[in-house]
Amino acid sequence: MAIQVKKEKGVTQIVMHDEMTIYTALEQTNELLPHLKVDSELQLNLSAVSEIDSAGVQILMFLKQESKHKNIKLSLIQHSQAVVEVFELLNLSSYFGDPIMISAGWASS
Amino acid sequence: MSEFDAALSTFSQEAIELLTEMETCLLKLEDTPDDSETINSVFRAMHTIKGSSGLFGFNVIVAFTHEAETVLDCVRNGERKIDAVLISTLLGCKDHTINLLEFCFENEGVVELPAALQEAGNDLIEQLTGKAAAESLPSKVEEQSAEVETEGSEISADNWLISLDFKADALRNGMDPLSFLRYLKTLGDIEQILTHAPELPSGEAMDPESCYLHFRILFKSDADKAMIEDVFEFAADDCDIKILPPNSKIEHYLNLLNEQPDTQVERLGEMLIKTGAITAKDISKALQHQAGDSESVDVDIVAKPLGEILVEQQVVQKTVVEGALKKQENTRQKVAAEANYIRVDSSKLGDLIDLVGELVISGAAMNLMVERHGLPDVEEIATSMNVLVSDIRDTALKLRMVQIGETFTRFRRVVRDVSKELNKDIELTIKGGESELDKTVVEKINDPLTHLIRNSLDHGIETPEQRLLAGKPAQGHIILDAHHESGHIVIKISDDGAGLDSEKIIEKAIANGLIKSSDGMSQQEIFNLIFEAGLSTKQQASSLSGRGVGMDVVKRNIEALRGAVNIDSVYGQGTTITIHLPLTLAIIDGFMVETEKERYIIPLSMVEECVEMDAEECEIDSIQHYVNLRGEVMPYLRLGDYFHNRTKHNAVTGRESLVVVRFGQNKAGFVVDDLLGEHQTVIKPLGKVFQDLKGITGATVLGDGNVALILDVQGLIQQATKNKPLLTTTI
Repeated sequence: MAIQVKKEKGVTQIVMHDEMTIYTALEQTNELLPHLKVDSELQLNLSAVSEIDSAGVQILMFLKQESKHKNIKLSLIQHSQAVVEVFELLNLSSYFGDPIMISAGWASS
Repeated sequence: MSEFDAALSTFSQEAIELLTEMETCLLKLEDTPDDSETINSVFRAMHTIKGSSGLFGFNVIVAFTHEAETVLDCVRNGERKIDAVLISTLLGCKDHTINLLEFCFENEGVVELPAALQEAGNDLIEQLTGKAAAESLPSKVEEQSAEVETEGSEISADNWLISLDFKADALRNGMDPLSFLRYLKTLGDIEQILTHAPELPSGEAMDPESCYLHFRILFKSDADKAMIEDVFEFAADDCDIKILPPNSKIEHYLNLLNEQPDTQVERLGEMLIKTGAITAKDISKALQHQAGDSESVDVDIVAKPLGEILVEQQVVQKTVVEGALKKQENTRQKVAAEANYIRVDSSKLGDLIDLVGELVISGAAMNLMVERHGLPDVEEIATSMNVLVSDIRDTALKLRMVQIGETFTRFRRVVRDVSKELNKDIELTIKGGESELDKTVVEKINDPLTHLIRNSLDHGIETPEQRLLAGKPAQGHIILDAHHESGHIVIKISDDGAGLDSEKIIEKAIANGLIKSSDGMSQQEIFNLIFEAGLSTKQQASSLSGRGVGMDVVKRNIEALRGAVNIDSVYGQGTTITIHLPLTLAIIDGFMVETEKERYIIPLSMVEECVEMDAEECEIDSIQHYVNLRGEVMPYLRLGDYFHNRTKHNAVTGRESLVVVRFGQNKAGFVVDDLLGEHQTVIKPLGKVFQDLKGITGATVLGDGNVALILDVQGLIQQATKNKPLLTTTI
């Protein structure tokens, strides 16, 4: 189980465990897809994402696109350092539009 | 700023040259005040300096030279007369311009012009125009570096535009686009990046292992294009990469284009690669694209020009390609113009070649000395000098090389006029006009060629009625073809006319007493009879040919050039005359052999190979006088027998060598005592006394002062073939 799902007041929070890379991409996509069908508000917790590559970025972009189509409110929360670094590299922060909290504990990159 | 400095120093040099010229011209004008050409030169000097100064922002110079230019323009148009006063004023202007130049170079960025200079300038302008011009002269040098500063602040203009379109399989192939971007960052700054995935599928269709990512990157870096391209080297198969150079580089590329030498017309791609505007990879991709276009089934689609493809593929800006094309065109024109620019008296070239000949001989003498005294350190220098000497020899000979095309085109007129006169319809096709050969040879081949072509027109091609009857198209064809073949030029004249009637030739030859019977003669030998004096197969002599004089002259002329002529014909289908000519008459690469202590030179281009006489691969039949070399049978000739009447063999030196020579299709072997190797041979013609000497075409002086004879290979091959019975009896 690469993801963990909690439901709270109609908001589904999904915690991404593990890395988001090409190795986990297929499994994660398959697990995430059902949520796009039923839920109206999704929160994706990225705090545990230790590593993210292009495949991982693609999944996030896919989720964003799908949620837009289906009027699902999607927000990415608690970006891990790896995620922030990649968002910055690819200039994707504004694409997702979610506020990013930078933790003081991160090593400056 | 180094390029700017370089340009500046060019400008100063040019300006000083121009001003010096201007001075000379002004002094000339004192004697001949009405010489419009000289006035023009003076005007041009001022005009050019004004223009160039403007480029560098030397506004003080612009302002001053502008006044002088205006006055000179009036003089040029005849509105103002040039007199001693004006000339001396203009001389003063010239001096002042030099002062201004010096000031601008030494005080870059200094804004105030010293009062003395300012005053001197104003005085001169006053004298020139007759009015005070204080207000027309700006007293401040404009900030010339202003432009340079603004350049940096503009982001988009100064960045590389990199487009990365990853293919679906990129991720599966182990690529991670992120890693390339991280690596790219080590080369410079990513100013702006746009990540998008327009093809990202919806719902279940999403394949998370396919790559849908596209990037547009504005990249700021000093790296050149090849370096940036190297970043994505591993991704090349899985990604469409387009790297567009920054706009600020365009000017740089255009400058580089302009700096490329004008001596050679280069291909567009090569020019662009040299400037760094594109890389070799871009070109090969574009070429593939081009090839793909031309292979497409649709005939209407013409393959696009390379430049257009490059722009379309977004690897280079249009301006750069246009610049390159312009440069290419200019170079082409320049090269074309230069091609007939220098006219040199051909006797001067002759002198040069004579001198080079002497140089070759004395070089050989030096080699001999070096060898004799065994000086290894000198040997090295001698070797490199030899290389130079042979280069000089080749270059000097090339100076006299002209394309045969010009001679060929002259025949178009001949063909046109003659075919009209004869009521025939004949077309002349010229091939290989770019083949080059020595000017003297070209001049001497002109007459024989004219003769042969007239022969083809008259005898060869039939009238349209006859042609139609024979089932041939009414229009006859003559093809003039030239090509190079192992140190020779081969000129072919072929027609699709009636061909030669061997029966008639034999009949005529017997009637004229040329031969007794045609027994044992090959077809070729029969045809070659028409080169004998007094033989014409044409029943009726016309004004053009048919009197039986001419073909023998043709043959003699060609043989005098150490060439050969051969004829081949199929009755009813046409005739082909083949002429072999040496490329040059002056210096050749020779192969030196020795027999009976006498040295001979065989033109190296005719030597096929050398074998030992007692080697297993060659079988000698000394009765029939032929040699069987690896299954190929050819006649052979012992040079010792031929030139020295030697009757004993083998015993003398113990070992003989066979030099296989070839002339046209004929091959023969020369048996010699010793092989001495290659030798640069300066051909010295033999005197009249030796004119009839068979087997020798000339002589050369060897390094040790001895004379070596140059063998007439063609004649000797004939001898070897003919003299079979004679030689058999001597054994």
